[in-house]
Amino acid sequence: MKMNINALDRNEYFYGHKACAGCGGSLAVRAALKVLGERTAAVLPAGCMSAVGFNFPQLCFGNNAIISMFAGTASMLTGVEAGLRRKGHRDFHAVGFAGDGGTADIGIQALSGAIDRGDDIIYICYDNEAYMNTGIQKSGLTPYGARTTTTPAGANIHGNIRPKKNMFEIAAAHDIPYAATATVGYLNDFISKVEKASKIKGTKYIHVIAPCPTGWGIPVSDTVEVAREIVDCGLWYLAEYENGEYKLDRDPGEFASAENYLRRQGRFRHLTDQDIHTIITSRDRKWEKIRKEWK
Amino acid sequence: MKPYIREKSTFTFDEIPEETCFEAGYLVTVNSGWRSVTPYVDADRCIGCSQCYLYCPDGVISMDGKVPVLDYDFCKGCGICSKICPRQAIEMR
Ligand SMILES: Cc1ncc(C[n+]2csc(CCOP(=O)(O)OP(=O)(O)O)c2C)c(N)n1
Ligand code: SF4
Ligand code: SF4
Ligand code: SF4
Ligand SMILES: [Mg+2]
Repeated sequence: MKMNINALDRNEYFYGHKACAGCGGSLAVRAALKVLGERTAAVLPAGCMSAVGFNFPQLCFGNNAIISMFAGTASMLTGVEAGLRRKGHRDFHAVGFAGDGGTADIGIQALSGAIDRGDDIIYICYDNEAYMNTGIQKSGLTPYGARTTTTPAGANIHGNIRPKKNMFEIAAAHDIPYAATATVGYLNDFISKVEKASKIKGTKYIHVIAPCPTGWGIPVSDTVEVAREIVDCGLWYLAEYENGEYKLDRDPGEFASAENYLRRQGRFRHLTDQDIHTIITSRDRKWEKIRKEWK
Repeated sequence: MKPYIREKSTFTFDEIPEETCFEAGYLVTVNSGWRSVTPYVDADRCIGCSQCYLYCPDGVISMDGKVPVLDYDFCKGCGICSKICPRQAIEMR
């Protein structure tokens, strides 16, 4: 998708935050708010982005922003949107920034309810693939093989034994007006999708991969590079769901090496060749379907 | 509005708001102390492409026309700008 950097709001709305250096989640929040602008009410559940953004009196959002309880991102968005509308406000956005745990695990029923009601909100899941704020526990979006504190790597079990939940397709299965996947590695694509979502009525869901140097075991300078590699090697994909149809935005054709992607991260360092083979096989199976079914 | 540093950094108990709300963009501390390396832009190499501005997770780079300007008070020294630069115009030292 096309995007013009110069058209982007020059203002910063997420500034002075206490996220670790090189935090992918903070880049996602920053970029999205530059698209949505000041007339945006942001809802952030418990998780890294609320923890690093609100440390009274250090309040790092330049727009209206509020912390919700962990499970309640989408329900609070419903209330914020309805309340602002009832007070006569027009031309505003209600956006949520929830982590993978806050989205695919504890917050999934609130999100499902909001999509079902068709509430006019934008829900952005920044996916760092574990419960980072509480010290790297496995979530439903932690990928197969990843080491977390609750899925340790030992002689018998090599990290997480479950595959990553498919939140994008779960959101789409509600027949949502708009859903998309993205990565902070390709910000032009992410920004275009946020912009598109901001112009669609009803519930919008955007799932953005946001590497966490602390939890992934990568140098702080590598966040963007790794966030590109996950797409280039086919372990993540850039897609959209709109008007009842899936659309693949980018087919990498020949994949970059998934092994390189995995081996450069501390959380995957224990994987055997067999484990990597398992991951590549499941990637190829997924892509066979994607290429057949998504135009 | 861009969050900015305020004069008042400490509060007594009496001043802490009873409601769970407060002024947006209220900063009292900088992040420069987190940094162990610092990015420096070489103006001769820079082509003003804005990639560093776009990808800085802390939003501390702004473009003055074609020139990237860094707010060193809030740069954490992650080095993402240096890696993303297509001209190797940002050196970390
Ligand atoms: C009901 C409830 N249970 C548990 C917690 C503790 N808690 C706070 S943040 C967090 C992890 C959030 O993980 P995720 O949603 O993936 O966001 P991240 O921290 O990774 O950005 C947990 C478990 C809580 N605040 N509320
Ligand atoms: S732990 Fe990870 S997600 Fe949380 S602030 Fe640090 S880098 Fe960001
Ligand atoms: S080192 Fe990191 S925080 Fe500092 S300007 Fe570069 S990208 Fe931004
Ligand atoms: S990325 Fe490099 S070339 Fe582009 S504006 Fe920044 S310093 Fe200049
Ligand atoms: Mg998380």
